[in-house]
Amino acid sequence: MHELSIATSLVASAEEAARAAGARRVLRVHLRLGALSGVVRHALDFAYAMVIEGTLLEGSELVVQELPVVVYCATCEAEQTLPTITCFRCPTCDTPTPDVRQGREMEIDHLDAELSESPPPPPSSGDGQRGHRPMPVPPWRRG
Amino acid sequence: MANVAIAPCPSLRGDAAEPLLSLFSTMSQARIIEVRQKVLRKNDTLAARLRQRYQEAGVLVVNLVSSPGSGKTALLEETLQALPLRTAVIVGDLATENDATRLARTGAPVRQIATGTTCHLEADMVEAALEGWDLQALDILFIENVGNLVCPASWDLGEAVRVVLLSTTEGEDKPLKYPTIFNTADAAVLTKMDLAEILGFDRAAAVSSIEAVRPGLPLLDTSVRGAPGLDAWLAWLTAQYATHHPVSA
Repeated sequence: MHELSIATSLVASAEEAARAAGARRVLRVHLRLGALSGVVRHALDFAYAMVIEGTLLEGSELVVQELPVVVYCATCEAEQTLPTITCFRCPTCDTPTPDVRQGREMEIDHLDAELSESPPPPPSSGDGQRGHRPMPVPPWRRG
Repeated sequence: MANVAIAPCPSLRGDAAEPLLSLFSTMSQARIIEVRQKVLRKNDTLAARLRQRYQEAGVLVVNLVSSPGSGKTALLEETLQALPLRTAVIVGDLATENDATRLARTGAPVRQIATGTTCHLEADMVEAALEGWDLQALDILFIENVGNLVCPASWDLGEAVRVVLLSTTEGEDKPLKYPTIFNTADAAVLTKMDLAEILGFDRAAAVSSIEAVRPGLPLLDTSVRGAPGLDAWLAWLTAQYATHHPVSA
């Protein structure tokens, strides 16, 4: 049940990031979890539900993106996705390969959060325009 | 401090959302907070610091992981006496000092970590156990992890090598059942090989299981009572020590 330790670290890191960004409540935590991370999903969900109590994450949802193992096959000279973690052989040419390129991840990608109450909008400049227009946003994720 | 970047949630952007926000000026805004951070970052950071400390002190740190009862302590008892190097052990268990007491009889410095309810060692426990030890006076420091084939896999202790034990009294397919820990190991030690015949242990099947989850993993047959003995294991350890410390070896 090391998921309790993992959930504790996860919630502490997420809460620290949320506070730094001025969040008052976290709605969702997006986690990237590799097939070789050694984490059991339902055990993590269970531990998460316990650990978030009394934190900014209380009531939040843990959204997990599961990542399969990707290895590098020297014969194919290409990265290959493995359908299982119990057979480290290239699915194309059957060459054994220990060269793991993806699958050990256990990382927080991002949070969906509510920020602290917004300051009141600045007084109108009288030209009929509303103040406090949200800034345009650059793309926030790769791809 | 986390590397934090924030961006407004796209669903609340634009003119459509604006009247609502203006109407309820105290309403909070939903945001995406980018984190991109390893969950075990604190442990990993500390482990990296420990790794550097070990390297600077010239000590090879070996993390032994296995299921309970596979023979970690017995292997170490014999290893500490047979190796012509300066060795020490940190041993983790949920409770008791039994293993430390056994290992201390060899004369090597030994410290026990009682983890309480924790099923694995973490870097901060190891750092605390190192308090007051002169690492420069050591060649090899063994860390005998808590007997568990699942949890210790996720925690880096700053070790140079991770060694997983598989005993002949366990099933040959253990590596297939616990692929993560075998996959992250640098060598596998087959223990209690003197019992292989009487137990009907199928070595080829065990090797095949290990190869399936970690192709090319070095395999070392051992027994603390009779053949095949510890020669392969001691030779591997000595080679590891030489590789990590080419100057002093």
